[in-house]
Amino acid sequence: MDNLLEKLKVQVIDRLKLKDLKPADIGDDQPLFVEGIGLDSIDALELIVLLQQEYNIKLSNADDGPRVFQSIRTMADYITANSGAVKVST
Amino acid sequence: MVTQNKIHKNGNLVFEHAGSPEEFLNALYAHLALSYPKFHKMDLLCKLGFLTTELLLQDSGHSEKYGDTETGLVLCNKNSSLDVDLKYAQTIQKGASPALFVYTLPNIVIGEISIRHHFRGENAFFVFKQFNGNFIVEYVNCLFENKLIKNCLCGWVDILKEDYHATLFLIEPDGSQKNSIVFTPENLNQLNQQEHG
Repeated sequence: MDNLLEKLKVQVIDRLKLKDLKPADIGDDQPLFVEGIGLDSIDALELIVLLQQEYNIKLSNADDGPRVFQSIRTMADYITANSGAVKVST
Repeated sequence: MVTQNKIHKNGNLVFEHAGSPEEFLNALYAHLALSYPKFHKMDLLCKLGFLTTELLLQDSGHSEKYGDTETGLVLCNKNSSLDVDLKYAQTIQKGASPALFVYTLPNIVIGEISIRHHFRGENAFFVFKQFNGNFIVEYVNCLFENKLIKNCLCGWVDILKEDYHATLFLIEPDGSQKNSIVFTPENLNQLNQQEHG
């Protein structure tokens, strides 16, 4: 799980071009939107694409978005719950 | 003002950096010591327009002189948003990127500049085959005559692959800035040629 959390932080920074942030700057439970890292609606779409391309997971219900993308940990939980075997390279 | 690897302001060379357009623009961002995280998300057309505006308004006292709705923004180019359109088309093979898609219109650069400087005045983006000083002067003067604006940023912001060129002008009725010139098509065309040539 810890590996997945760290991997996700790297992927989110890379995907969303958050060049002023390092993985250590993002707390596992820190809100990703608004008062947290300050992501916006376009970033949310980009995170959905990230899940599809990197983890082959489709967010089938749009209403799940706010819960799934609340933090890095909730994203990791969703990935773990929705993929048969998550491969984490270190 | 901004051409291949060089920047001139009021005729003086103020920055030079060899490299690709992306490397040049990132070096300029670092040189200006800006802290604006959204810059890194922009496409190259937006980065070019954004940074050229920063250079133009730097030390001008612009924000103290004008209210949010008093600044017009009139930009033109030749290649519209083709630079990022092509990149977006390439990514579709692997899966479209929403963050790239949002830049596939040329007038997004006006939005990025407006967000940065809190501009809420008249704005427009036009696509021409070449720099057209006659049109810019006629259009901007119309905005002034109708009392829609009190000053205007206008000019050319264009990029396609390795070629990029931006010439921006700050137009003020009283000509209060140093080195100001009369707002005529001939002067605009001549300055654009000088900077580009």
